[in-house]
Amino acid sequence: MNGVNDFAFKIGTVNGTGSASANGLLMRSIFRMGIPVTGKNLFPSNIQGLPTWYEIRVNADGHLARAAEIDMAVALNPATYAKDVAEIRPDGYLLYDSSWPLPQALNREDITILGVPFGRLCVEAFTGDRERTLLRNIVYTGALAALIGIDMEVIDSLLNETFGKKPKLLDANHKAIRIGYDAAVELLDCPLPFRLEPMDATSDSILIDGNTAAALGALYAGATVGAWYPITPSTSLMEAFTAFCHKYRVDEETGERKFAILQAEDELAAAGITIGAGWAGARAFTNTSGPGISLMQEFLGLAYYADIPSVFFNIQRCGPSTGMPTRTQQPDILSMAYASHGDTKHPILFPADPGEAFEMAVQAFDLADQLQTPIFVASDLDIGMNDWMVKRLTWDDSYTPNRGKVLTAEDLEKIERFSRYRDVDGDGVAARTLPGVGGKGAYFVRGSGHDQHADYTEDSAAYCELVDRLRRKFSHAATLVPEPLVLTQEGAEIGLVTIGGCDLAVREAQALLREQGILVDVMRIKAFPFQEEVKEFIESHETSYVIEQNRDGQLRSLLMIELGIPKDSMIPILDYGGMPLTARVVVEAVAGAPAGVPA
Amino acid sequence: MTSIAKPVVAHPRLKTNALGLTLRDYEGGMSTLCAGCGHDSVTAAIVQATWELGIEPHRAAKMSGIGCSSKTTAYFLKQSHGFNSVHGRMPSVSSGAAAANRGLSVIGISGDGDSLSIGLGQLSHAIRRNVNMIYILENNGVYGLTKGQFSASADIGSKLKKGEVNEQPPIDPVLLALSVGATFVGRSFSGDKRQLVPIIKAAISHRGLALVDVISPCVTFNNHEGSTKSYKYTRDHDVEAVEADYIPVCEPIEITGLSNGSSNGNGHATNGHADGRPANGDGDLRVVQLHDGGTVRLRSTDPSYDPTDRANAYQHISGCQSRGEIATGLLFVDESSRSMHDVLKTTSTPLVDLGHEDLCPGSAALEKLMSRFC
Repeated sequence: MNGVNDFAFKIGTVNGTGSASANGLLMRSIFRMGIPVTGKNLFPSNIQGLPTWYEIRVNADGHLARAAEIDMAVALNPATYAKDVAEIRPDGYLLYDSSWPLPQALNREDITILGVPFGRLCVEAFTGDRERTLLRNIVYTGALAALIGIDMEVIDSLLNETFGKKPKLLDANHKAIRIGYDAAVELLDCPLPFRLEPMDATSDSILIDGNTAAALGALYAGATVGAWYPITPSTSLMEAFTAFCHKYRVDEETGERKFAILQAEDELAAAGITIGAGWAGARAFTNTSGPGISLMQEFLGLAYYADIPSVFFNIQRCGPSTGMPTRTQQPDILSMAYASHGDTKHPILFPADPGEAFEMAVQAFDLADQLQTPIFVASDLDIGMNDWMVKRLTWDDSYTPNRGKVLTAEDLEKIERFSRYRDVDGDGVAARTLPGVGGKGAYFVRGSGHDQHADYTEDSAAYCELVDRLRRKFSHAATLVPEPLVLTQEGAEIGLVTIGGCDLAVREAQALLREQGILVDVMRIKAFPFQEEVKEFIESHETSYVIEQNRDGQLRSLLMIELGIPKDSMIPILDYGGMPLTARVVVEAVAGAPAGVPA
Repeated sequence: MTSIAKPVVAHPRLKTNALGLTLRDYEGGMSTLCAGCGHDSVTAAIVQATWELGIEPHRAAKMSGIGCSSKTTAYFLKQSHGFNSVHGRMPSVSSGAAAANRGLSVIGISGDGDSLSIGLGQLSHAIRRNVNMIYILENNGVYGLTKGQFSASADIGSKLKKGEVNEQPPIDPVLLALSVGATFVGRSFSGDKRQLVPIIKAAISHRGLALVDVISPCVTFNNHEGSTKSYKYTRDHDVEAVEADYIPVCEPIEITGLSNGSSNGNGHATNGHADGRPANGDGDLRVVQLHDGGTVRLRSTDPSYDPTDRANAYQHISGCQSRGEIATGLLFVDESSRSMHDVLKTTSTPLVDLGHEDLCPGSAALEKLMSRFC
C-alpha cells in the first residue's frame, strides 16, 4: 500500500526549461527530512524542447529501486499529457496547470485531478518570459510541498544555500515557492493521503551520482592522467574528476597541477593516451560508453597482450549504434569481457550503486597495477547520472596503492638479465620496469609476437607460452576481484542471479516474493572473471533466474561460456527498454512462471 | 619489430660524448629493412643526433606505430624503452607517456602511411596538443610492408612498380602541420645527413611537438622512374630553405653539423661553421632561442626567408611545391611555443614521481566534502 513515506510521483516537463534544479530541490528536501528517497531523471538526448521526466520515490524501508507504480503525475508538458496520465495508478492523482481548462488528454475517470494555475500565478507575480518559465518550476515545487508535506523550513534553508550569494534570485525563489505552497493550500485538500513524515533514516547517508563517486575514487586512488572524449552518459565523470583535481591537486603557491587531463580527438586516442600513460607508470584512466568501447577495441587488445595497466570506466547506455544515448542498459557485458580481436579476456568490476562506484574505482587501479592489464568498471547511466542515496563515503588513510610488481633501479642491479614477460611467481604476472628508471630495465613493448624477453618472435612455442601465461593471469584475477554478494533465506530453492544496478530492484523483489510465500536467494555478481562460488550458487538452487538489462542475456551467456553452466538451468529475466529496473518485473517473472519450467 | 642483435665491438679510441658514451651506445639492433632503405639513413642520423646531444638513453622513449618506418625504433638506442604500438596511433600513446613522465625524451617515428592515412587525425591532434616530443615522419609515398600500395603522400602522376598511376592529390605533412598550429616544422632528405642531424637535434630540444618530415625513398617499391619520392627525383628537386645548426647552451657539445654531421671530438662548441665556409654575417643568420635554453642557428639560402613567420613558411613551401620542388631545412619554428605541459600547467615533477601523499586528499577532506551531498 502506498501511504506515509511510501509513494512515488513523476513530473513531466520540457527539457531546457529549468526543471532539473527544482526536481533536485524536491528530492534533497525529502532527504533532509530523514526519509529514504531516490530520483530518476528520464531525459532526452536533446538540449531544449523535448519531453523530460523526473521520478521521485520515497520509501521508509529503503527500497529505492525505480518505483513500479506512479501515485501522482505532475503534467506540465502538453506533448506528453496522454502518456503521463496513463501511467498513474488507479485511484492515483494528477496535478496539472489549471491556468487553462482541463485538456481532454488529461481526463481520466479513476483518478483525482488537482489543478493549480501555475502559469497564471507566474504571470501575475513575475515579469519576463524567462523568469516566469524558470520560476514556474519552483511554484510547482511549492505546491507539491503542500500536497505531500515537505517541511518548508527545509526548503527555505536549501534555497538559502543554493542562492545565498545571489540575493535577487534568492528572493524570487522564496517568493515562488511560497506562491505555489499557498495556492495549493487554498485550492486543494492538503496534504494528500500519501505524504511525508519526518524520520531519522538518512543521517549516515548522502545523495550522490555514480560518476561523481567514481571520479572521487580515481582521485583517491592517485590517478594522475585522465583521457577522454565527451559521450553521454560518461562525460560527467571526467568533469567531476577535473573539478576535484582543481580543488585538491593544485599547488596553492605555484599554481602547478598534479594531474594531466586530456580531452582527446576521439575514443581511440583516449585509449591510446591511457595506455601510454599506464606504460610510463602513471595511474591512468579513460571514461566512455558503448560506442567508445567499440572504438577502443584495438587498443584494448594491445594493452592485454603487452601487459599494460589501464582503467576503463564504461558508463553503459542503450545500444547498438547510437541507440538511446540517454537511456540505461547493461548491453556491453560481452563486448567488454572479450574486447578486441584474437584471444582476449578482461576483468570487469560491476558496481551496483555510487557507493560501490567509489570503492571499485579504487580497486580498479590496484587491480590494473597488480594484474598489468586493462580493468573495466562497468557502471551504467542510471548509476552514473542519477542521484542515489548511499552510505557516506569514507576513506582509510592507511591505504597505500598496490602498484604490483615494478622493479626499481636497485632491483635491476641485482639481477643478471631482465626478462619483461618471465613469469617467476606462477601467477601469470611478470615484473615490469618503467621508462626513465635506468639500469638494465629497457625493453620493447610491442603488439606483435613477443617472447618472455619481450623480443620479437614468430615462434609457435614462444607465442603459446606467452598467451598461456595470460590465461594463467586471468585465472589469478578471479582470486583478486570482489566476491559476489549473496543474500540467502532459510528454505529458499530459487536463486536470483543479477548484476550491477539491478541490485535494489532484485532485493526488493526478494522481499515482495517472501510476502507471497516464495523464498528466493539472491546473488549479485560483482566482477568478472567469476569465482567458483558463482557456479556453486547456481548449481545449489533448483531454479535459477538471471536478471539483467539487455536483450540477449549477456550475463547468462558469459556464465554458460566461462563456468560451463547448462543453459536450461538459468532462466533469463531481461529488461531492456532503457528504464531502470523495477521489482515488479522480477516478481511477475518469478511468481508468474510455472515451477521448474524455463520461461 | 624484427631485429637482429648487433655485435658490440667498442673500439677503445671511440670518441665519447658528455656522458662518456660512444656512438655505439646509441645504436640498436641490426636493421632488417631492405638494403639501401632511406629509413636506415634516418636511423643513423638519429643515432648521431642523440649521441651528440648526450641524451641519457634510459630517459628516451622510442615510440612508433606500424609499418616499415615504425620498425626502425628497434635499430637505435638499444638501452632505451621502446613502444611499438598500433597502426596510426603512436601520437596518442606518446601523448600519454609524455603526460605521465615529462622527464622522458619522447622520440616518435612514423611513416606516411601510419601518419597521413590511418593516423592523420592523431598526427593533427598531437600537433595541436603540442605534445613534448619529436615526431619524425619517414616519408616514401608508399606502403612498403604490404608490398607497394600508394600512400596519401604519393604525388599525382606517381607510378607504382606495376604501372598504376596515382590520381589523388597528396597530403603534404609540412603544410598540414603549419595549418594546424605546429610550433616546429622541418624537412630533410634521408640521404642528407649534413642537414638532417642538426634538424633532429633542434627538434629534440624544441619545447613542444617538433615535426620532421624526412623524404626517405623506398628502394624496393618506390625508387624508379616516375616516382616523385625516388632518390633521383628528390636530389634533383630538393630546395634547401634554411640550414640549422644547433648549439645547446648548458652543456656545449661540439658539432660540426654542416659539413658531414660528425663531431670534431674536442668536446667544445664552435660558434661558426667547421666546414670551412665563411660565416655569412647577420643578413643570413637568425638565432632562434629555444625554450630549453638552447639556440637554433638558422641560415637561409634566401636572406629574405623568415622561419618564425608561419604565413611566410606556408608561402615558401607551397611555392616550392608549385614548382615541383621540395622545400627542406628548418621551415618554421615558433619561438613562443607553449607545449602540452605548459598549457596543462603540470607540475615540474613528473607525475609518475609524485607520491600518494601528494595525490590523495585523505579522510578528513572526504568527510568535509560529504556535506556537499546532504
